[in-house]
Amino acid sequence: MTSTADIIRDIGEGSIRAIARALSRVENGSPDSADILDVLFGKQQGFTLGITGPPGAGKSTLVNRMITRYRTTDNSVGVIAVDPSSPFTGGALLGDRIRMQSHASDPKVFIRSMGSRGHLGGLSGATRDASCVLSAAGYSPVIIETVGVGQAEVEIADLAHITLLVLVPGLGDDVQSMKAGIMEIGDIIVLNKADRNGIDQLESYVKASLEFMPADLKKPEVIRISAVSGEGLEDLWGAIDRLVAAQTGEEKTARSAVKTLNGILTENGIIISEKLLEIEYNGRKAAEELILAGQLSPYAIGKKLLERAEGMFKHNGSK
Amino acid sequence: MNRKIRVLIGKPGLDGHDRGAKYIARALRDAGMEVVYTGIRQTPEAIADAAIQEDVDFVGISLLSGAHNHLFPEVARLLKEKDASDIILFGGGVIPEEDIPGLKDAGYAAIFTPGTPAAEVVGFINLQMEKRQ
Repeated sequence: MTSTADIIRDIGEGSIRAIARALSRVENGSPDSADILDVLFGKQQGFTLGITGPPGAGKSTLVNRMITRYRTTDNSVGVIAVDPSSPFTGGALLGDRIRMQSHASDPKVFIRSMGSRGHLGGLSGATRDASCVLSAAGYSPVIIETVGVGQAEVEIADLAHITLLVLVPGLGDDVQSMKAGIMEIGDIIVLNKADRNGIDQLESYVKASLEFMPADLKKPEVIRISAVSGEGLEDLWGAIDRLVAAQTGEEKTARSAVKTLNGILTENGIIISEKLLEIEYNGRKAAEELILAGQLSPYAIGKKLLERAEGMFKHNGSK
Repeated sequence: MNRKIRVLIGKPGLDGHDRGAKYIARALRDAGMEVVYTGIRQTPEAIADAAIQEDVDFVGISLLSGAHNHLFPEVARLLKEKDASDIILFGGGVIPEEDIPGLKDAGYAAIFTPGTPAAEVVGFINLQMEKRQ
């Protein structure tokens, strides 16, 4: 296996293989992934664009358009396309490249497909880390396309500097757009397939529901496009450019650092809990069996683990 | 560590018959692998580049048009040229018996012809992974 230092050096030299391997290491949570990310974190540049929306909304087609757009200004473009993993087999069919074929052999376009690997929220647990690798390797923008589950993808707004919510006509009534959370995550709401019936109705639903947004939240712009025909794309690019220009570099860095820490804390929490389960109950499996046998409730186990952790900290003489 | 076997299924050339490719892609998915499907009408360059970016363990190429003696070795050559000859290649499609030795010489670990049960392809991949470790 290539050493951490070699990988980092090769990424700096623009080696596609090294970037691809670093992506695998962070995705697999290999032992040196934290070391790689520690070095790359400060080298990130440019910005990230998140694309979310229900399945079939045209996200990949829009990403394809976006790549073309940023290639005309000679940016190197990174794409992370997340598709769902089966909760039963862990397998995944990653098909987002199909709609991005026109950039398949452009050396300045790096497309990586990821399975969500059981992570909720429409993002793979490693998406944030993958975005860090591509951004540090000089790709800007890094475009992140999430699993299109539709209603629980608030995480992308935390990760990306700018988030686009892509909606299409015909997926439900106005109550869908009233559901909390999803409408608030987009910096821009893109109404795709503008040539279809029902687009006017969709626009009025969306705009009406935005009327009820709390006054202190910034209302997203609503833009109609057809990703296939290209209609409305100039308006969309203009809106993205305005948002990019409005965020200073420091704002972006600070935001991304805080969000990254939040994510790491959550992941560390799981790792520490697993270790505590090992100490207290001989592992997760044994703890699960206690619950299934009706001997302990999940809450009792959770409480016990926290008590154990507190005891360990006291024992070590800290506050 | 949360390692998954990653496989890229590609269809080079002008052949649009992708039922076999999709069938295998689904079978591998159901065997717990992460399968990147490129879609039809890819150049060998696009397939090799995708395989490297996706950092896959295997590339499976499907072709029913008869151009396999040209396109299969080309993918192998490009992977080698790009310092990625560690990626294991396999092929499938309407491929005459007499062409198989030549393709194996070109770097293909296995060639699967029509009627191959999907389980055989899954078994091949698992065996190759075991050998590698």
